[in-house]
Amino acid sequence: MSQPHNQQNIALELCGIDKKFGAVHANCNINLKVPAGTIHGIIGENGAGKSTLMNIIYGFYIADSGDIKISGKTRKLTSSKEAIRYGIGMVHQHFMLVDNFSVLENVILGAEDGALLKPSLKKARTELERLATEYRLDVPLDALIEDLPVGLQQRVEILKALYRGAKILILDEPTGVLTPQETDHLFKIFDALRDKGVTILLITHKLREILAATNNVSVMRQGEMVAHRKTADTNKEELAELMVGRKVRLKVEKSLATPENELLSTSKVTYTDEMGVDRLKDVSISIKSGEIVGIAGVSGNGQSELMSLLAGLIKPNSGQVNIGQTCIDSMHPSSAAQMRELGVGHIPEDRLVMGLIKSFSAEESAILGYQNSPTYNGKLLNKPKVINQECARLMEEWDVRPRDPKLRSSLFSGGNQQKLIIGREVDKNPDVLLIGQPTRGVDIGAIELIHKRIIELRDQGKGILLVSVELDEIMALSDRIIVMFDGHIVGEVSAEQANEKILGMMMANIMPDELLSTTQQTTTGEPI
Amino acid sequence: MNDSKIPAWVNIIVLPLINILFAFAFSAIIFIAVDVNPIEAAKTMISGALGYQEGIGYTFYYATNFIFTGLAVAVAFSAGLFNIGGEGQAYIGGLGVGLVCLGLDHTLPFWAILPITMFASMAFGALWAFIPAYLQAYRGSHIVITTIMFNFIASSLMVYLMVNVLNQKGQMAPVSRLFEPSAVLPGFHEIVGWFGLSFSESPMNLSFLIALVCCVLVWLLLWRTRWGYAIRAMGSSPSAAEYGGINRKRLIIIVMLISGALSGLLSLNEVQGYGQQLKLGFVAGYGFTGIAVCLIGRNHPFGIILASVLFGILYQGGAELSFDFPNIDREMIQVVQALVVLFSGALSLMLVKPTERLFVYLDAKKKSKTQLAAEA
Repeated sequence: MSQPHNQQNIALELCGIDKKFGAVHANCNINLKVPAGTIHGIIGENGAGKSTLMNIIYGFYIADSGDIKISGKTRKLTSSKEAIRYGIGMVHQHFMLVDNFSVLENVILGAEDGALLKPSLKKARTELERLATEYRLDVPLDALIEDLPVGLQQRVEILKALYRGAKILILDEPTGVLTPQETDHLFKIFDALRDKGVTILLITHKLREILAATNNVSVMRQGEMVAHRKTADTNKEELAELMVGRKVRLKVEKSLATPENELLSTSKVTYTDEMGVDRLKDVSISIKSGEIVGIAGVSGNGQSELMSLLAGLIKPNSGQVNIGQTCIDSMHPSSAAQMRELGVGHIPEDRLVMGLIKSFSAEESAILGYQNSPTYNGKLLNKPKVINQECARLMEEWDVRPRDPKLRSSLFSGGNQQKLIIGREVDKNPDVLLIGQPTRGVDIGAIELIHKRIIELRDQGKGILLVSVELDEIMALSDRIIVMFDGHIVGEVSAEQANEKILGMMMANIMPDELLSTTQQTTTGEPI
Repeated sequence: MNDSKIPAWVNIIVLPLINILFAFAFSAIIFIAVDVNPIEAAKTMISGALGYQEGIGYTFYYATNFIFTGLAVAVAFSAGLFNIGGEGQAYIGGLGVGLVCLGLDHTLPFWAILPITMFASMAFGALWAFIPAYLQAYRGSHIVITTIMFNFIASSLMVYLMVNVLNQKGQMAPVSRLFEPSAVLPGFHEIVGWFGLSFSESPMNLSFLIALVCCVLVWLLLWRTRWGYAIRAMGSSPSAAEYGGINRKRLIIIVMLISGALSGLLSLNEVQGYGQQLKLGFVAGYGFTGIAVCLIGRNHPFGIILASVLFGILYQGGAELSFDFPNIDREMIQVVQALVVLFSGALSLMLVKPTERLFVYLDAKKKSKTQLAAEA
């Protein structure tokens, strides 16, 4: 494979990087050249070895063999301190910020000049003001981190790296928590950084972002670097095929929904958490059979609480949930077990925290929530044979690999864990299915299957509530889209009306003009 | 990523053995420091614990206690609860056994008394675990703190009862009267006698068999029932258990009742078998040793049997050792026990990585060898 930009300065070069964890070959003979002053995308499925590679560049892991050259010189990076010294900065997927420190304090944390803080803070302030104007990275320096929106917190992370003299900036899935508008702004910042000579490595699994933001892109698959492309010379389909190793269909095919009778509804439900924060405010929704209702919103705006509430994990402070003849309110709360009996299946947002038990075998995880069912139990003892056979059947139906019911749940890949969980819930034939982040951390091949099955379930007459942070997924699957902000419903759009711009504005609690006339009556959002 | 690299049997058998060997190696250094030949000491210990029938009896009599308290810790631990109150629960369980024996030994035959004492020991032990369990489940008081406190309360309560209520008239010592022989558990030598075999007289008694039955029952409970599923789910992932519709508060209470009942059964051995009367302090730290036993036994009933026998050997062999060697006293034996706990418990993960690496290396070597053979 020929490398573009050979004539330019190479900011970062990897030669034959190899890394094994026991028997797992996480990185296999990785070669990569990143020209200075470019934005380079690294794309690959979960478990392709992207994170391992970045951690090697940032000095968290040490490669078993191979060289790292920074600006042409071979460097031994044995710690992140070394990496920072050679001008490498990293913005992690989960921010490493102290919430109750100010922006300024966070930036100098770990980069103080001496025992006394004052001189460091003063120096940092002038330096940060310079950086902010140079790179268009405006952040209120004296604000506390906890008061800043996520987009600004991310800028603080970038400033932190730049303050430490980063010339090569690594960003690991930086857009996962951003609205489309914030993402656009981030990409503008990238451009400004690039124009000033900063080299950016962007790690992502979103094809759209690679095409929108990068100059070059490298694709990883199963620990190997399988292709390098100029972004201008490639397209979504080719990249997807390179990532998965076979042709994939990116578009979800579905017919028009034919919603019938109402299966579940909430009226003016509110929920206040233990800290006294109102998480749900007067939420009224309705789910009919044969339709997919998508809930969009930046994560943390009440979607998770709505799911938990409908799944019986938390109880409403006021308002009602109606399922068939059953009414659930604060005086008559329901438990998770009761909700299952009422025909509500729940695919939780975080499969490792809720959906399965990592230390359990797959067959044990495959009965979670239904462990008391007479299918699996005799009078006293359970029926290991039935449990085993049922799990084997699920694995066959949902193409869970490897097909080993005795294998520990944590040893399956994210996609296979998810297929097992979805299979478990769907298999019990619920009327209403709550689906949270069905494809988070799931590889493209599995996404294809999961999306197809969700549409099939809808066509069988199930009512489906879908929560996802991936707008693409919401738009591809839903028949109606409800947008939430700060615990209330901003508004609702039909699948035909929805586009990224409209949803993005609604996610920021702004009702777009083109919708105001049609959906005013359903809006419960505060006036803007 | 790194939890599947080595075969299960290495984890279950080889690692604990290596840990124990390390503990013995360090004990040897200490023995040398006090001018005792460690090989001689080891010989004395082994022959003292396993070399003759009475010694074996003592070893298994101790092991019986450890099985009960080890199981008690294991059941609670499977649910993510750390029950340190085995000491107090066994003590109060003993009170139950004692009261039944003192009240009924003149009227009922042994086979009628045994079920009642078994029930009483479990009920009293469970009762003593119930209050900390309730406080944890519904009030959020940490179970480690409350169970420790209940050990002290049990101890004070027993002193009060033995001095003021259950003592004998005209007797200075705080002990009850001896039970009638009809109420006492048959010794192991008597049991084998029924089958025409002979065994030296020792404190080992019927409760050892009850302990073994309990191991099977606990295994069935944890791995073959829906309740065990719920217990292990809560212990492994409380959030997933909640998702699965498991009622956390109720389960905490149930698990602690089972745990307390298992601790209480210890008193069958100590009160109805060995002591044959109620007295002060008969639990003597077995409850705490149960934590170490559970740790070394990897929370599994079968492992707990092995670990209990190991501690039985350490107790009985240690007693012989301090008897035979003037330079070794009881405290030295406790040092050896402490080293076993240290290496098998606190440092149990220290050797995981090196062992893993060794096995991965050996595995790779074997593979390349078979490859070479295949090519040739």
